[in-house]
This record gives sequence, structure tokens and C-alpha cells, in this order.
Amino acid sequence: MSNPSDLKYTQTHEWIRVEGNKGTVGITDFAQHELGDIVFVEAPAPGTPLSAGSPMGSVESVKAVSEVNAPLSGTVAEVNPELADHPELLNQDPYGKGWILKMTLSDPGALGGLMDAAAYEKYVAEVSH
Amino acid sequence: MRYFPCSDEDVRALLAAAGVKGVGDLFASIPSEVRLKEPLAVPPAVPEPELRERFVSRSIRNSSATCRPCFLGAGAYDHYAPAAVDQLLLRSEFYTAYTPYQPELAQGTLQAIFEFQTMMADLTGMDVSNASLYDGGSATAEAALMAHRIHKGRRVLVARSLHPAYREVLRTYLRHIGLTVEEIPFGPDGRLDLGALKGLLDAEVCAVLAGQPNFFGVVEDVRAVASVLPQERRPLLGVVVSEALSLALLEPPGRQGADIVCGEARSFGLPLGYGGPYLGFMTTRTQHMRQLPGRICGQTVDADGRRGFVLTLTTREQHIRREKATSNICTNEGLCMLAATIYLSLVGRKGLRELAIQNLSKAEYLKAKLGEKGVRPLFSAPTFNEFAVGLRAEGPKASEAAYAAGLLGGYDLSRDYPELAGGHLLCATERVSKAACDRMADVLGGLS
Amino acid sequence: MSRAIEEKLIFEKDHPGRTGASLPVCDVPAADPVSLLGPLARSEAPALLPELSEVDVVRHFTRLSTYNYAVDMGLYPLGSCTMKYNPKVNEEVARLEGFARLHPMQPESLTQGALELMATLQRHLCAVSGMDACTLQPSAGAQGEFTGIQLIRASLEDKGDARRIMLIPDSAHGTNPASAHFAGYEVEEIKSGPDGCVDLEALKARMRPDVAGIMLTVPNTLGIFEKNIAEICRLLHANGSLVYVDGANLNALMGITRPGDWGADVMHINLHKTFSTPHGGGGPGAGPVVCKARLEPFLPRPVLVQREGRYVWDHDRPKSIGKVQAFFGNFLVLVRALAYIETLGGEGLKRASELAVLNANYLRARLLPLLKLGFEGPTLHEVVFCDRDLPNGVTTLDLAKRLIDYGFHPPTVYFPLIVHGALMIEPTETEPMEELDRFVEAVRAILEEARERPGLVKSAPHTAYRRRLDEVAAARNPRLTYKPELTRG
Repeated sequence: MSNPSDLKYTQTHEWIRVEGNKGTVGITDFAQHELGDIVFVEAPAPGTPLSAGSPMGSVESVKAVSEVNAPLSGTVAEVNPELADHPELLNQDPYGKGWILKMTLSDPGALGGLMDAAAYEKYVAEVSH
Repeated sequence: MRYFPCSDEDVRALLAAAGVKGVGDLFASIPSEVRLKEPLAVPPAVPEPELRERFVSRSIRNSSATCRPCFLGAGAYDHYAPAAVDQLLLRSEFYTAYTPYQPELAQGTLQAIFEFQTMMADLTGMDVSNASLYDGGSATAEAALMAHRIHKGRRVLVARSLHPAYREVLRTYLRHIGLTVEEIPFGPDGRLDLGALKGLLDAEVCAVLAGQPNFFGVVEDVRAVASVLPQERRPLLGVVVSEALSLALLEPPGRQGADIVCGEARSFGLPLGYGGPYLGFMTTRTQHMRQLPGRICGQTVDADGRRGFVLTLTTREQHIRREKATSNICTNEGLCMLAATIYLSLVGRKGLRELAIQNLSKAEYLKAKLGEKGVRPLFSAPTFNEFAVGLRAEGPKASEAAYAAGLLGGYDLSRDYPELAGGHLLCATERVSKAACDRMADVLGGLS
Repeated sequence: MSRAIEEKLIFEKDHPGRTGASLPVCDVPAADPVSLLGPLARSEAPALLPELSEVDVVRHFTRLSTYNYAVDMGLYPLGSCTMKYNPKVNEEVARLEGFARLHPMQPESLTQGALELMATLQRHLCAVSGMDACTLQPSAGAQGEFTGIQLIRASLEDKGDARRIMLIPDSAHGTNPASAHFAGYEVEEIKSGPDGCVDLEALKARMRPDVAGIMLTVPNTLGIFEKNIAEICRLLHANGSLVYVDGANLNALMGITRPGDWGADVMHINLHKTFSTPHGGGGPGAGPVVCKARLEPFLPRPVLVQREGRYVWDHDRPKSIGKVQAFFGNFLVLVRALAYIETLGGEGLKRASELAVLNANYLRARLLPLLKLGFEGPTLHEVVFCDRDLPNGVTTLDLAKRLIDYGFHPPTVYFPLIVHGALMIEPTETEPMEELDRFVEAVRAILEEARERPGLVKSAPHTAYRRRLDEVAAARNPRLTYKPELTRG
């Protein structure tokens, strides 16, 4: 799966889709592949403040658990209600139906600090070896 | 040597295949600076018949409950375990097996764990259980840690009437991770002082821990304790059970507002064993399942669609999360857990209840007999199979007098509770006869 | 071979009206729970406990036992677990009534036999490890680690020199960082060098006043002896730090070398590994801690002492870290360990280590043509292979599961983390050569299958009581207790 070009990416393998001052956040295809079959997703409740680069939840597979970091600062607006019963959506469709949460951004300008699809692909290639 | 399946010829063949001249060369990677130059200061080998005699001699230099009716409780209760329990534990497929990490080879162990978890959840009125913890003391500490993980507050309140050793283990575990432990006093009735508890509560309290029955054998009103807790930033209520048999007679803590039930399940088929190995347990609600420490077994299916069992939710554990684990526990009390499962299966729902009523009856009889001799309970609240009385004599005198009368006397409370001078903790289980109770009443009644 | 009987859950066999245990006749008036306890009394019996006869229960658990693999059946080559034979006389002596029915709160005058047993065991553990003092209280290795790290912490704080950091190699067992964390330390990883040992230069660079200590497994989880161990201890001590040794691999060293002589300050010992006490399907074990005299004041209380020729428990220990167990330790496990030590004697213990290392090196030599090593360099009682060159996408896991069909328990897999697809193999000294040969032949046959018929290996096991179990489903929809309304899966 290739990484969609309309998204921005972090070094800890999260993605964010920004529309105005709202963002949708998830984990990348690389991340879901490394983790294996996802069994549980822990996400913060709506209203929780998020700080860029800080842990906001976790994603658990049978063999590993990984923290998910907020790509940008803001507040949680909505959590994906499907993930409680269908955590496998993160494996099947990490950039679409497997979105984790939607947030209101406090500093949309900080988007410039994240990687675009090409830079992220390069980064993943380095990190895998 | 009979445990080394290795003749001299075998050794020669092994050495040759390993490409090594002599056994000493196998250790060439150990620098000579640290090599031992003399033999170990451990005495020479003892042949089996003599070894057995040595241990028999050590065992008879103890005066155990075999020789004398035991009125000691204090966290370890003398119950009878049916012969079938130990006979099944001696099956080497159980005791010489390892932790069931390869489930296809361990369905015996895993199914037994699943049965244990089901029984403990049922007995405590909760949704889920783990596969065991070390003992009641460490279970108390784990409950506090779990409450902190869920609630995030840094204050832990523990009843002063909870087992003194459990409280000390709790402090030892919590000391270095920035949590404080404060005691809730008990009232004149022997129960947790609800007024004092109210005064101690604030938004930083993550856990309230109380014994049920408490160290004095007193039955707490768990519902009343739960009702005192605020709805906002509600601390988790942890009920600690050190006499598991009481679960057959008392309303399950899970139905009275407890969030975590933990403690000691040793009463279910395990020997007193001079303190160990025992059987810690912990149960909780579904919503807190992922915060449970220790191993957990879950139901699943295999490649042919048949029901089977596996260790699950393992990402909480040390071998995956490492320093972020819910606990550092690895090896727990597997065989002890099996003993409890077998015991509960043999005794059954009716038998367990009958046994609990017998225990209650013996203790009430002893209370009554003591009353006739002018020895009164210290506390007015109801008790199960253990209760505290007030004696005029100094602590050890009571035990010595009991021993001289052929009994194992109670526990001197002033050791841990200086405010209870003359306090003596007595336990009467189904194993003490009416005659022994009469004798104990005579002994304690006769003390001046 | 006939298929095993499919045994239901015990709750599914419930048969109201049957009885399984014999209760004593009550010789006192029956008390009424409701009048004594009122609303505090249970309104319903515990519904799920079954009513069954003794015959039913014995059959149930006997059948369950037949689904297990165990050491008494064959090789159990789990690395760092030391699955050695569990001697039968140990089981006998642990069941003596004078031990089994001894209450922990009895006065010491009535328990001198038990106390002498514990004191003797303490002495022998100190002799084997080269240490001065011992506590038998911890219930398992992990609890021993927690205790030992707390001793380090207490001794530093006692000098007014509290420090933040505990150094742990990347090859360490998961309990190490977990235990350090619970003792309040921040964990920092120390990388292993290409030889699998601690990178000495990296360690030197890290020697700063914030380091409280290092936790080392020796030999390490690759089976390799830390050749610079004496230098490492000197480095740490010069920095005012202490050295903790994880004694899980002590089976490689008895009578050969002693951690105390390297300069180690404190160590835990796994009695259920090195000293033959049974693994029990997950415990009970025991994790005694031995230490140098300078840490003795901080030991958990009470401490066993001798006064006027008798053993007593000394509770008056103002610097003690407290307690980790409500009573004195897993006493009946300690009984077994002492029986083992007295049975082998000093020379026997050394012989055990020699033969353990010999068996492991024999296996290494015979497996070398078949599998790739994780790290080069001499190994002691265990050896780690990796999954490089496994054909046709067959994984370490597949290889492990296919070993089950050949009648073996698999080795430890995917640990240590620094070896890709690790297969950690520790035979112990109690394996005969023919069993080791059988294992090598099985590995050879499976690799052949991996080349010719990989599907067979990837879908293994085929002949165990259960085929490969779905762990993902178990974690996604946890079903942790039996529920009567939802029947068989």
C-alpha cells in the first residue's frame, strides 16, 4: 500500500489529514504491518488536550503494544466508534476506515514540521535497515 | 549420580562431538581471574535413605497442627484438603510442566486456569480474574498499583484493620513510585471508621483498601464503605480477602460496590506450609480487565474450529511491555491455583457453604464458651471464623498456657496493635473439635 | 495412537445431587448465618461451583493432565528456564506433616526444624554464589529482582546518595526493566556489542553520578559469559554504583565461578531453575536474594538469626526495605531446594553445571550444520540460533510448532530480542544423549520439510491435542470465564 499524498506523517508512524483547523489521525500502513493483527485500540476521550509528539493512546496486537503520539497539538473532537468492535480496521484500511480520532488543531501552522508522503517513504526505507 | 543420565562413556562421546578435549575446556570463556580455585563449601552428597531421615528429623522438630488443635488464623487458616487434591497434583504432567506459552501442548494447564478464573470471578461477584498472584500481601500491593494506573491519583488509603503484613508489603511496593499510603482507623466495633474515611478522601485518592473479613475476623459492611466514596474522581474500592472460605458465606464484594477483589485463596486446598507457597488472586470488572496484573487465560478456537485456551492480553506483561508492564510478575503460583480448582470442584457449591457454616458455628461456640468464663470479644461487629478477645494476661503467656494444655494458641494482637494490649486473636475452623474449644475456653478463662 | 478424550469444562459437567468431598460431622450447634450476619450474608450459593463426585473430579483433571507436555515425558529445551528433572524424593519430603501443617505464626520454639532448614539453605546459597547474606522471602525470580534492586536503592539512600538510573542490557529478560521500574528507577538500555557482550566502551561513557547500578544476567541470555565482568564491577563501583546479577543462568556456573567473586553486590537465584524445584505449570517458584555484607542491614524482615543456640526471627530491623511476602517465603519450595543441594553435595552441584554446559555444547555442535547462530563466540549452558536462511518463508514460530509433532516442547522463541527470530535452546544436565540426538534429527527433518513441503510446517502442529490456536481472536474478544448461556465455541 502506498502512503496517500494528501497526508502528513510523523517519525513515530502516525498520519494526519488536515482540513482547515480540523485533523484526522491514524497510524500508517508500515506501523500496522509491524504490529501484526491489531486486537485493541486505546484512544483518549473527546475533550482531552493533545500535545504534539506526546502519547495520546496505544495500539495493541498479540505480540506488541505501541504508543500512538499526537502529530500536532489540539483537542480531541471525536473517536472512531468502529474500532472498539473492529480493531482489525486498522490493519485492513489504515488510512481510511481505520482512522483513530478527529481533533481540533490549536496550531495548524505546525503542519510544516511533518513529513510529506515522499519524505516518509524515504524515512521508512532507512528505518527498516 | 541418578539425576545425570550420563555414563563416563557418554561423556567421552559428548566431548568428542562437541570438539572439546576435557570438561574444563568448556569453560575457557571464563577468565581465570574469576575461576574458583577451591571446591564449593557445600557438604558432600547424602544418599537418599539418609536424606529422607534428615528431613523427617527436621520435620519432627516442629510441633505442628498435626499434634495439636490449631487456633491460629492471622492470615493462614487450617482447613482439611481432600486426599484427591494432592494425588492429582502429583501427576507429573501437571507439576513438571512449564508455563503454558505453547498452548497446543498445555491445554490441561490452560483449561484448569480458565476454570479457576471462572470460579474466582463467580465467588467474588466479579467479571474477570487472573491466573494467580504470589500471595495476599503482594495482591494487596498489586491492587493499589492497578487502582493508581486507572485513577492516576497518588494517595492510597488502607484500613488499619487490614492484615499488618499485607500493609507492610503494600508500603514496600509503593515506596519508590511516588504513592503515599495512609491508614484509616477502625472504630470500637472493629469495623472501618466511616467518618474517618470521609475525612481522608479527596480527588487524589486512587484506592481505598479494606479487608473482608478484616484482621480481627470482623465482617465489614462493604456496601457502607462504597457509599461513602464520592462519585467525582471516585477512588477504586479494593476488598482484600485473606480467608477465602468466607466468600461462601458473605455477600460477594463485587455485588457490594468493590472495584477490585483480591487476597489469599490458600484456604482452598493448600497446606499451611509454614507460610508458603500460597495463592494470591485478583478479580475485577470487565472495564478494568486490561489493567489486571499477572497471567490471564482466554477461550479461543484452533485451526480445526475446536474450543481451546490460550494465555491472552499478554501485551500487559513484562515479557512484552518490559518497563511499562502492569507488573513484573512472571512465574506465579500455577500448581497452587490448580490445587484450589480441584478443591473447589470436589467440595462444590453445597459443600463449600456447609463448610463455611461449620466454621462460623465453631467460632460462635468458642465465643459462647469463653463468654461463660468471663472472656469477652474485643469488638461488637459480627465475625466469621476468627475473632479477637480481651485478656488480662501478657501476650505470650496466653500462647504458652495453651501449649501446655496441648493446644496451638491464638495470636497476640499487641505485637502489631500496641493500642490493643491484651488482645488475642482466635480462629476456629472445622478442624478443631468441640472438646478442643472447651479446653481453650478453660485455658484462657483461667488466665489472670 | 488413540485420540485423547475431549474433556468439557467442569461447569458443563455439573450434576446437582452428587458430592465429592467428605466433611467432618459438626459437633457444635449449627450457627445461623442470617441471624448473625443479616444482609451481609450471601443470598445465593456460588452458582458456578459444580456438584460432582470424587470420581468425576478425578477423571476430569486426570484427562486434563494428558493434554500437557512435561519434563517427565521428554526434552524441554526452553532457554533460560533450566527445565531440569524434578527429583521425586524432594516431593516426598516437602509433604511431611511436620512441614505441611506448620502455621507461620507459631512461636519459634515450636518450629526449630523449619528454621534450621531455612538457615542451612541460606548458608548453601551463599556458598554457591560467593555472597554473605541471604533472604528466602521472595516468591519468584521477578520478586527477587524487585527485592535486590530495592536493596541497592536503600543502601544508596542510606548514604544520602540517591540516584535515578538503572542500566540494563538490550538482551535482558523483560522482568529486569519491569522490576527496576517498580523499584522507582528510570531504565536505560546498554547496547550489546557484536560479540553479544556488554559494550565496554559504551558502558565507560555512561559512568556518571546518576547511575545507581547495572542489572546483568551472567552468562547472558545468549549463553555467553560476560568476559569483562570483573572490569564491569570495578567500573561500576568506582562510579559509586552497584552491580545486580540476575541469577537465572546460574546452572552454567556452580562450582566454576561465583558472582560474589566477580564483585557483584546482590543477586537473585531461581530455585525452580537451578535448584530443581518443579515449574508446576507456572509456579510456585522461589527467588531468594543473596548479597554482600554491606547490603545486609536492608534485607526484608524478619531476618533469621541465632541466639543462644536457637533460631529466632528478628523483626527489629530499622533499615529493612520491609516485606515482599506476608510470611517468610515459599517454604515448601525451599524444602525441595535444600533436599536437592544435600542430595548432590558440593561436587554434585559442580558436576551438574559441567554436564549442563557439555550437553548444550554438544547440541550446538550438532545443530551448527542445520541452523545459523545468533552470535558467534563460545556459549555455556544455552545457545541461540536465528531464523536467517529458513527456507520458503518458514518462520521460527513454524519450526517451533512443528517440533511439537515430533514429540518435543519447542525451545524459547523470539527471545532475546537482539537475535532475529531467536531460538534459545537449553537442554540442562538431566538429558541423556539419545534424547538430544532425537531432537537434532527432528530439526533436520523439519528443515527438510521446510524445503520440500513448507505448507506442512507452516500449519503445524497436526498431532497435538489442539492445532494452532487463534491468539488474535482471544485478544480481540476476550472470553475469560465460562458463561452458561454462551455454549461451546
